[in-house]
Amino acid sequence: MDKMPRWAEVFLVPLISLLLAAVLSALVILAIGENPWAAVKMMVSGALGSTYGWGYTLYYTTNFIFTGLAVAVAYHARLFNIGGEGQAMLGGLGVALACLYLPLPHWLIALPVAAIGAALFGAAWALIPAYLQAKRGSHIVITTIMFNFIAAGLLNYLLVNLMRPVGSMDPATDKFPEGTHLPTLHDLLAPIGIEFSKAAPANVTFIVGLLACLVVWLLLWRTRLGYEIRAFGHSEPAAVYAGINPVKITMIAMLISGGLAGMMAVNNVMGEAERLVMNAVEGAGFIGIAVALMGRNHPFGVLIAALLFGFLYQGGAELALWTSIPRELIVVIQALVILFTGALDHMVRMPLERLFLAFRKGA
Amino acid sequence: MVSNQHTGRPDMAAPDAAKAPAIELRGISKSFGPVQANKDISIRVMPGTIHGIIGENGAGKSTLMSILYGFYKADAGEIFINGTKTNITDSQTAIAAGIGMVFQHFKLVPNFTVLENVILGAEDGALLRPSLAKARKELTALAKEYELNVNPDSVVEDLSVGHQQRVEILKALYRRAEILILDEPTGVLTPAEADHLFRILENLRREGKTIILITHKLREIMETTDTVSVMRRGQMTATVKTAETSPEELAELMVGRKVLLRVDKTAATPGAKVLEIENLKVVDSAGVMRLKGINLDIRAGEILGIAGVAGNGQSELLEVLGGMHSATGTVRLNGKPLPLTGPGSDASARRDLGIAHVPEDRHREGLILDFHAWENVAFGYHRDAKYQRGMFMDNAALRADTEAKMAKFDVRPPDPWLAAKSFSGGNQQKIVVAREIERNPDLLLIGQPTRGVDIGAIEFIHEQIIALRDQGKAILLVSVELDEIFALSDRIAVMFDGQIMGVRNPATTNEKELGLMMAGITDTSALATQEASQNG
Repeated sequence: MDKMPRWAEVFLVPLISLLLAAVLSALVILAIGENPWAAVKMMVSGALGSTYGWGYTLYYTTNFIFTGLAVAVAYHARLFNIGGEGQAMLGGLGVALACLYLPLPHWLIALPVAAIGAALFGAAWALIPAYLQAKRGSHIVITTIMFNFIAAGLLNYLLVNLMRPVGSMDPATDKFPEGTHLPTLHDLLAPIGIEFSKAAPANVTFIVGLLACLVVWLLLWRTRLGYEIRAFGHSEPAAVYAGINPVKITMIAMLISGGLAGMMAVNNVMGEAERLVMNAVEGAGFIGIAVALMGRNHPFGVLIAALLFGFLYQGGAELALWTSIPRELIVVIQALVILFTGALDHMVRMPLERLFLAFRKGA
Repeated sequence: MVSNQHTGRPDMAAPDAAKAPAIELRGISKSFGPVQANKDISIRVMPGTIHGIIGENGAGKSTLMSILYGFYKADAGEIFINGTKTNITDSQTAIAAGIGMVFQHFKLVPNFTVLENVILGAEDGALLRPSLAKARKELTALAKEYELNVNPDSVVEDLSVGHQQRVEILKALYRRAEILILDEPTGVLTPAEADHLFRILENLRREGKTIILITHKLREIMETTDTVSVMRRGQMTATVKTAETSPEELAELMVGRKVLLRVDKTAATPGAKVLEIENLKVVDSAGVMRLKGINLDIRAGEILGIAGVAGNGQSELLEVLGGMHSATGTVRLNGKPLPLTGPGSDASARRDLGIAHVPEDRHREGLILDFHAWENVAFGYHRDAKYQRGMFMDNAALRADTEAKMAKFDVRPPDPWLAAKSFSGGNQQKIVVAREIERNPDLLLIGQPTRGVDIGAIEFIHEQIIALRDQGKAILLVSVELDEIFALSDRIAVMFDGQIMGVRNPATTNEKELGLMMAGITDTSALATQEASQNG
């Protein structure tokens, strides 16, 4: 009875969307007098051609895994959390406080402690919108996006007025102590004889991200809580009928979502910058929306979509660095991918469904 | 081109051209993907008749009418209106061809007046005043002619459902409809309102209009139509003169096998009081009082049926007892008071106490349509220890459970992995009923047990309900189908406007009396019967 086979739904639709985005991007590059094929080669070699490129690609991927999972979990409870940006900012604050003020002698201790700090602060930032949605019916989209601005303001204030080291002109915290520095993929892979670029920022958090995908999958499809979240997301009256408390589920789903978004900070604040700077999230919270959309809100889909966007980010940066294609145009290309895979999903899906139906009738 | 043919006669006027069918469909086919909703359907509807189309849910009646009204395009086949081949591409062409449609779910703007609704989409110009004046005149004329009285200045949302339906009919007549299609028109009406509707239809027919009545109620077909066509699984299985057929024959044509139209049950042997309700009151989120002090009790081993027109508080009663809504008053289960607000009043607490609930709307409440059957089979009972394995849910146990229930309740296809939405209405309901009955509850709340369920499954579900009663369980049945209430109930309570108008014994009451009570009318003779039934 399904309109098209599952493999087509999962792979063909995103693939065609991507191809459309690529074709349009190629036309844009042609229009400004550059060679699209050369640009593609540049992106691929820049993002995937060396361990240095991979190191950056996986670093971005890790960010997007966390923010993508955050959107996906909330989505299963039919909550559209677009506050990942703010929640990740606050997660950074949690990481910074843990790293600066707790005695953490070794990264093996620092990682879980900072991760918990990040998750707690991220969840706390989702708490108020969650409460307002659950109890007062204030729309979560409005409140979470407002909280992004409040988070930026709050961080600005904290960094400029309270956390900035004396004498520094930079609105950022001090460097985190040595014991909290996370091992990079270079550090992790060297003992088993794999040479990985020393300069790339990808670090152990990538593995945490993979684990997070697995845990979210187990949560959603193997636990009672996940069952209740999904049931609530499909039908609130049905959830009430089954004795599932809508207030409780809304709160829990948003707290998990905020916690996941917050945990992104382990990667960028702790793993890369090793101090908290202004605007550390760099839009990854919003990319998470596209990642979740493209990944069909499935943890493994999110992983693959995060990889793609990691590639686009790193490849785009290379393109900006080595060609005369302006930086703005690379943003346009990324936006086209988001547009086609996320927003214009139905444009591809509907004709494809019709095609499958016609094909089946013929068969 | 259509309007020319409308009054005049085709040139090739053969002797029988005068009796060209108002509507003739030839070889209509329509499929949605692999599902063939209509298979080579041909039908002739003669002018000035009431033509019934009967069939189970999913038989393709609505698809066929949607094709006729231009919502769908047929894959194959031809449509002739008054003998002229007509290509109906959208509802505008259908209206121009003189077809009017009254949908099951009205398409009215609730905060517009009757007049505004009638001219909506048929305004004569940019300014409303002339159109409104013209419509007011016509409405007065139509009201006189067909007993279609509605105050043109009433706001639609203030009207009763029966009156709203009249507005829909007026809309069609205002657009010069000669052929009127009504889709399940009596589903939301009281028996009296339904009678009035049929009088209106009779008047319309006398004026030469053609009426197509789509319904699944055999009685309406028998009482009102001249001709009846039966549909089964997308095909037209028969067209017969109503006078020459019987309900039994029609039921057999609908289902494809012999059907028992009556439910076999022995007399109830009521035991101790299982549920006692005293002065139960419910206020909804808009501040409107939905239950205004209900007093009822149900004994073990009996079925209490609640009759009433939809929207008179029956849903709220079920929801309160099922733990979906808070309330005030006293409710005792097996002598122990139930909390009606706060902790311990939610649906899972009710289930723990032995109250099972088949909700009125299985799509909205009873099932998660996108979930697999096995994920639905314990919905509401998913906290049971037998479905847990450590910190995870025991999905294997759920699937085994599903297979067992599917076998016992003859759910087709017996595939636990199929999404709930992919089952037919009857099989969906069997999944819900299996889930609730198999828990062996003390009290079963069951709302609209056979709404949108095919006749074969109705029989089965009715048998299950009676079997549960015979095990000594208490059952609260809510249904808008009076026939169903009569067939199953050991006592009948009638609800109107959030109140119980009285309790009757099905053996000593009749549809007329219940119909009056459903409209809020009680008289002294009614009170006498109530006492008699309580003594008996």
